[in-house]
Amino acid sequence: MVNVTPAPMPVDSSGTDTPQPEVQAAEAPLIEAPLIEARGLGVRGRDRWLVRGVDLAIRPGEIVTLIGPNGSGKSTTVKALLGILETTEGNLTRRADLRIGYVPQKLSIDYSMPLTVRRLMTLTGRHGRAEIDTALGEVGIVHLAEQPVQQLSGGEFQRALLARALIRRPQLLVLDEPVQGVDFGGEIALYELISGIRDRLGCAILMISHDLHIVMGQTDTVICLNGHVCCSGTPQTVTASPEYRALFGSRAAAALAIYRHDHDHVHLPDGRVVGHDDGDDQGHDHGDHHHHDRESPLPEDGTAAKRDPRDAG
Amino acid sequence: MLDDFFTRALIGGIGVALVAGPLGCFIVWRRMAYFGDTMAHSALLGVALALLLEVNITLGVFAIAAGGAMALVLLQRQAVLPTDALLGILAHSTLALGLVLVSFMAWLRIDLLAYLFGDLLAVTQTDIALIYGGGLAVLALLAAIWRPLLAGTVSEELAAAESLNPERARIIFMLLMAAVIAIAMKIVGILLITSLLIIPAATARRFAPGPEAMALIASLLGMLAVVLGLFGSLQFDTPSGPSVVVAALLLFVLSLLSHAVRRGSRPAGALEKTS
Repeated sequence: MVNVTPAPMPVDSSGTDTPQPEVQAAEAPLIEAPLIEARGLGVRGRDRWLVRGVDLAIRPGEIVTLIGPNGSGKSTTVKALLGILETTEGNLTRRADLRIGYVPQKLSIDYSMPLTVRRLMTLTGRHGRAEIDTALGEVGIVHLAEQPVQQLSGGEFQRALLARALIRRPQLLVLDEPVQGVDFGGEIALYELISGIRDRLGCAILMISHDLHIVMGQTDTVICLNGHVCCSGTPQTVTASPEYRALFGSRAAAALAIYRHDHDHVHLPDGRVVGHDDGDDQGHDHGDHHHHDRESPLPEDGTAAKRDPRDAG
Repeated sequence: MLDDFFTRALIGGIGVALVAGPLGCFIVWRRMAYFGDTMAHSALLGVALALLLEVNITLGVFAIAAGGAMALVLLQRQAVLPTDALLGILAHSTLALGLVLVSFMAWLRIDLLAYLFGDLLAVTQTDIALIYGGGLAVLALLAAIWRPLLAGTVSEELAAAESLNPERARIIFMLLMAAVIAIAMKIVGILLITSLLIIPAATARRFAPGPEAMALIASLLGMLAVVLGLFGSLQFDTPSGPSVVVAALLLFVLSLLSHAVRRGSRPAGALEKTS
């Protein structure tokens, strides 16, 4: 992949006179103009399309999660939205002066660079001492301020990166696999922290995640990618869609159920679910990757027909 | 005072070390040591071409080093070969090309060794003006791109996402490297420039609490190496460029030892307490 300077992007003129989204209720913003919007976005790599036909919009205060198998173009999509990668086709509209806080997927800071957590906080902008302490306090690592970043644990480092993104008071926080290198207990704590951020700061969040179970409960919109947008919508719509089940198997279909409807089903020791109110899943074996939903209609746009037949079990 | 060749050498060398410190830190952080070496090697081709075309040698070296850097960036994008192989090809072929070209120009009597290893003791007042004028310009530009360059060193994507334009900063940085090679060549020579960039920075790492401090300490250590090296060269009648590098190496080894002593003493002390 080649890094290029961001291509000049058409700027949504209607966005320029929109007031800055200060802290706002999570319910309200869906009618507001999107912070960032893509129509038919595609990125071509050296010899193939990395991702194509992506339509998505992120509105102020909204949490949008991208899911999809490895190599499905999640990171590519995010990088194209951020202007890190040049888009090959499609339209990208960004609000003028959109403030973005970014937590990249892989970041390793070479030992040769002496860098404390405090200095990391001012990497891309100037911030005062009190401001830094506040941001570090928001993620609970104010006591690590003077530590070299190379000595932090995986979870501490992710928190430091999160604080670094938050100190910019972003309108859009972008998280690419925010729990990488974090142990399981830390993962849950980190996700709780992230969902709390939207409520406290009112920023929109665009997130890539593998943890379907956790993600589904805390997302407004889920976009399921596999080289193109397979399906998107509320977690409920997406988990119910045949495309989603074809990609992730029926075990994943229960992800939302586990998270949202804790009380209406029980896992048997062999993994079967009983007492679920969704008829589809009744008595379904979780370990089984063959699907009953072969009646699944292919979506009207022909693109989904290119889906790898292996995924369909 | 500037009449004295030794004083001129000292002032020139200190000027070069001042500029080399911060630049060298970025070379270490970005793992560009071999890249810098390749640019430096290509300088001899610049010297040969400048002599052939009868243009200013410093300008010729800058042009060739900068051109080589840009060519390398383009080749890296094509991904035809691994970067280290590309660097190896470019470094030695440009050096060889320079040597061959120089040998063709039989009408010129040039001191090849002075270009390869530096001739600190032949520093003229013009050279000093060039070192300080060019050096201060380099430092000013480096200060201007400091934040995007540092952010891009940590993560190019992060810097790009937060609209810092790290690619522009990286290209400017390469041009600054070419400029430093051009002005430092006279002092330490083509083959030794990289060491004056890297060794003080590597030494500074052990004492620096942050990137800015490391850049400053690297400058100071470089100046110290120049002073020690030049007095050593005078004392022992050794070539000046290599003497400066040996002095820088000595400082580096001392820093390693002091680090080992500090690290070693702590557990020993703890052991005594527990027993």
